[in-house]
Amino acid sequence: MNDLVKIFLSAMLIENVVLMRFIALCPFIGMSTDVKKSTGMSAAVLFVTVLATAVTYPLYKFVLIPMNLQFLQILTFILVIAALVQLVEFYLKKSAPALYSSMGVYLTLITTNCAILAVTFDVIAKGYTFAQSMTYAVGVATGFALALVLLAGIRERIKTAPIPAFLKGTPILFVAAALLAMSFGGFAGLIK
Amino acid sequence: MNKYFKLFTNGLLKENPLLVIMIGLCSSLAVTTNIWNGIGMGLAMTFVLLMSEIMISGFRKLIPNSIRIPVFIIIIAAFTTIVDLVMKAYTPALSKAMGVFIPLIVVNCIIMGRVESFSYKRTVPESILDALGMGLGYTWVLCVISIIREFLGAGSFFGMVILPEQYRVGFFSQSPGGFFVFGMLIAIAFAINKAIEGRGGAK
Repeated sequence: MNDLVKIFLSAMLIENVVLMRFIALCPFIGMSTDVKKSTGMSAAVLFVTVLATAVTYPLYKFVLIPMNLQFLQILTFILVIAALVQLVEFYLKKSAPALYSSMGVYLTLITTNCAILAVTFDVIAKGYTFAQSMTYAVGVATGFALALVLLAGIRERIKTAPIPAFLKGTPILFVAAALLAMSFGGFAGLIK
Repeated sequence: MNKYFKLFTNGLLKENPLLVIMIGLCSSLAVTTNIWNGIGMGLAMTFVLLMSEIMISGFRKLIPNSIRIPVFIIIIAAFTTIVDLVMKAYTPALSKAMGVFIPLIVVNCIIMGRVESFSYKRTVPESILDALGMGLGYTWVLCVISIIREFLGAGSFFGMVILPEQYRVGFFSQSPGGFFVFGMLIAIAFAINKAIEGRGGAK
């Protein structure tokens, strides 16, 4: 149990996907224009990451390894994720229209979200068990949500702040992200 | 001739994927702590982009419109697998340093974006030039970022140590430095593009 808490915390804070490992920067910059949008995106990412890990992990262990097809990892994982996103979209559209209208638009963008593919690769590379993998997936997605919502909050303040003309627009976002990343560096000593 | 030349130079500065369109950022900041990683990543990416664009523009009349995205993904994933295996075999140290970022070339928005918006509609020679322009545009920005970060963070240039220990700034080799350097670069790119446009308008 203790072990799972450790994996969760380090995936969420110490090794934050966006700020420490630079994964999923495109939605981080593109989707953080306001807090509402960013929470919608985060929910969709959390949902799909967990689902994708739950599917690709057994697939790798019970299909690819026994058949000695590990070299097809990239191909199968990306196809599984793309298909999964489509299925989830169909399902939500049909049976949960309310949820679909709040999350649906982000789902299509998610196939090319690096965080999901990265998680499915990470859990294999790190040799986690199934329970550990699921914890890791939740941790990474929560970390993504945290970073995204924080940046969205900062962006709402930036709108009214006096900014040097040189940095107006996107450059100031990266400077803000740099400061955010520095503060996340403070978590480094959290787990021994 | 002029038209083709324009296609090639388009990616280098005017529509540079990293500095102007700002897609495919993930890999560009993560691996650029030293120059060899920057060059390696840039070339790997250029290879996948080039091969995918050739393949897709060659077969564009055979790929049905409704299932084009899955077809693109399979083609891109196949070439990424090739790069991954080749790098694991011949440059194991580089492959280890980049880790998960090689498989992540599959979901690099630059490739998907160019394939969808350019090579699915254009001829093979045009696609080759576009891929080379975009790929090299990506590579040179990666090189600039990694030269700055390596020099300030580790005090070296191409692995040769120049700055003594006490002048190095660890900030630049860690993640905040990556964001910071990149922010400054796009600010400069904006300013340059604006200056060029301003001059064009005055004429």
